[in-house]
Amino acid sequence: MNVAAAPAAHPAIEVRDLRRVFRVRQGLFAPPREVVAVDGVSFRVPAGSVLGVVGESGCGKSTLARLILGLLPPTAGEVLVDGRRLAEMDRRARARLIQPVFQDPFASLNPRRRVRDIVAMPLVAQGDIPREEIGRRVAEMLDRVGLSREQGDRFPAQLSGGQRQRVAIARALVLRPRVVVCDEPTSALDVSVQAQILNLLAELRRDLGLTYLFISHNLAVVEHVATEVAVMYLGRIVERAEAEALFAAPRHPYTRALLASVLTPEPGLGVPDVGLGDVMPDPANIPPGCRFHPRCPLAFARCPVEAPIPIATATGIVECHLEDRAAAAQPAAA
Amino acid sequence: MSALLEVAGLQVRFGEVAAVRGASLTVNRGETHCLVGESGCGKSVTALAVMGLLARGAKREAERIVFAGQDLRGLSDRAMSRLRGDRMAMIFQEPMTSLNPSYTIGSQMTEVLRRHRPGTTRARAVDRAVELLGRVGITAPGMRLGQYPHQLSGGLRQRVMIAMALMCEPELLIADEPTTALDVTVQAQILRLLAELQRDLGLAILLITHDLGIVARVAHRVSVMYAGEVVESAPTAALFAAPCHPYTRGLLSCVPVPGKVRRDQPLGSIPGVVPRIPPGFAGCAFRDRCAHARAECASNVPRRAVGPGHEFLCTLAPDWACAEPVPA
Ligand SMILES: Nc1ncnc2c1ncn2[C@@H]1O[C@H](COP(=O)(O)OP(=O)(O)OP(=O)(O)O)[C@@H](O)[C@H]1O
Ligand SMILES: Nc1ncnc2c1ncn2[C@@H]1O[C@H](COP(=O)(O)OP(=O)(O)O)[C@@H](O)[C@H]1O
Ligand code: SF4
Ligand code: SF4
Ligand SMILES: [Mg+2]
Ligand SMILES: [Mg+2]
Repeated sequence: MNVAAAPAAHPAIEVRDLRRVFRVRQGLFAPPREVVAVDGVSFRVPAGSVLGVVGESGCGKSTLARLILGLLPPTAGEVLVDGRRLAEMDRRARARLIQPVFQDPFASLNPRRRVRDIVAMPLVAQGDIPREEIGRRVAEMLDRVGLSREQGDRFPAQLSGGQRQRVAIARALVLRPRVVVCDEPTSALDVSVQAQILNLLAELRRDLGLTYLFISHNLAVVEHVATEVAVMYLGRIVERAEAEALFAAPRHPYTRALLASVLTPEPGLGVPDVGLGDVMPDPANIPPGCRFHPRCPLAFARCPVEAPIPIATATGIVECHLEDRAAAAQPAAA
Repeated sequence: MSALLEVAGLQVRFGEVAAVRGASLTVNRGETHCLVGESGCGKSVTALAVMGLLARGAKREAERIVFAGQDLRGLSDRAMSRLRGDRMAMIFQEPMTSLNPSYTIGSQMTEVLRRHRPGTTRARAVDRAVELLGRVGITAPGMRLGQYPHQLSGGLRQRVMIAMALMCEPELLIADEPTTALDVTVQAQILRLLAELQRDLGLAILLITHDLGIVARVAHRVSVMYAGEVVESAPTAALFAAPCHPYTRGLLSCVPVPGKVRRDQPLGSIPGVVPRIPPGFAGCAFRDRCAHARAECASNVPRRAVGPGHEFLCTLAPDWACAEPVPA
């Protein structure tokens, strides 16, 4: 947690019991299936920190991002940004508070507009900012993210992947939001370009006092950028902790498996046995009890019948029956 | 250790793009050779050139492409297709490039064997398919035989593709980014599987990846590719202990490694992007991104030996790197 930053009255992001269900039709006669993408998620992100969100494909990371951005209404629960209910804000007010950066800058940038106009879009949409000011702020922002004047006149197709991501970042920051939601911002980039973008994001956060929600399937990247980490599994956050604590001493069996599967560039270590078996999780068919039990190497009798509840740890929560046992084995503490 | 595949002086052109520019590499029996580099460096084109699978319009030239003592350059299309899927097999990043959506897993797997081994009975081919699906860690292989590719998860499809590639007991397996699209957990499972199969079957593997983590964990030997050239080649331990080429060192410094770079410190990075090289280009293709570039880098660049089996392509003296700190 970044307590050095000015003590803000509200967390930058707060989500309460957030839930999102998708109904997926499977043909004319079959009943629609329910996909529970986000299933009772609560957390707070203090201003100035970076919450990393990790988990396997399909676990609900992007759905969580879209709920927090207000791009998708929740089935239940609520989102507060800077202490204000997202649902009660209009689009322009929301845009001044929170902005996205997505994985594929190509898909999210209008191919028929010049970079300069793409970056100006959020300012124009506010409706009350004078033209000269828009021009000035766009130029300043392009410069800030390392794009030249000349690149500002180009179309997205004339830029490299890394440059397009710089455009997306400039567009996200031009309104000076408090919070930026980054969904796999470097996953489509080469490592050398990924490093450039990660360095830029870190610099901007420091200089502009931003708060990030940072989604990535690359745990080494998350370890490098995040101050706190949430581990998602089938729609729930099964462990959340300060980044250092989580990477030094993961507690949930799933977190441990995820960390074990990271291949750091250290020769001689071989490829670890992750021990998860080959049953893949399916959000349309969430197992009873602990949703991780079919793959958990430590599952015991209680796991398939009773769902674990979040248990507070020193810096976050963990959701596993083993924590109960550990707590029970300890003498009662204050 | 005997060489199974030897490629020397490979060049591939697509019109005004020189995709591969004189690449050489050797894959030994029982070894994993990793070809690493950023996208567009020519890794896939190198693999496709060896397999005789280049797109129409591509122009291939080479000093040598020798597989198990046989020169592949002069082989007819028919002879090449007899080799492919039999003694040499390839798996791709996207399993659907080799799986046909309209046939069951079982019929595709048995077809491969029966095409290359006429006279194999159906029952025998089914037995082999079941055995291999089990071998690649698929539970209930009998049931999977009747399923279509779209009914499987990405990880399962990747395993099916590996099993299919093994139907005829190939000596060489070329795997092009086989785990790039998969979750890290599944990636670890697939890579373990490949290592196990190699140990048990004595396979030679040419593994293409952009991930230095994978290279460190599975490769015996590494070739680093940049703009169509192999700029450094070394036994894995030597490459990571003493990387010599400025590109190799740059790549290593870009990768966040837990405990190595502090959170508030910037990662190392390489300015700019991989260039597109026209035919006839002279000098080092990395020079517009290299902090050490000098006038002589625009003319002939020597390939220098630094240790046993360790070479790099650069004008810097072999000991320059020793004077520099190892990248953070
Ligand atoms: N609009 C939608 N309609 C139906 N189902 C959806 C929709 N959006 C997401 N889902 C489903 O919700 C689940 C979670 O999806 P989500 O995109 O949030 O996953 P993710 O964690 O971001 O995965 P990845 O790492 O692959 O990006 C998936 O099963 C997905 O298929
Ligand atoms: N069929 C093709 N036609 C034209 N250019 C191609 C073709 N295939 C590859 N290239 C070009 O060859 C170069 C190397 O590509 P490739 O081998 O796919 O790179 P990678 O190292 O990412 O696998 C790139 O510049 C690419 O655009
Ligand atoms: S509750 Fe049981 S199944 Fe779930 S993670 Fe803990 S030990 Fe494993
Ligand atoms: S040849 Fe010159 S430009 Fe190329 S890598 Fe070596 S020092 Fe850098
Ligand atoms: Mg996603
Ligand atoms: Mg490729």
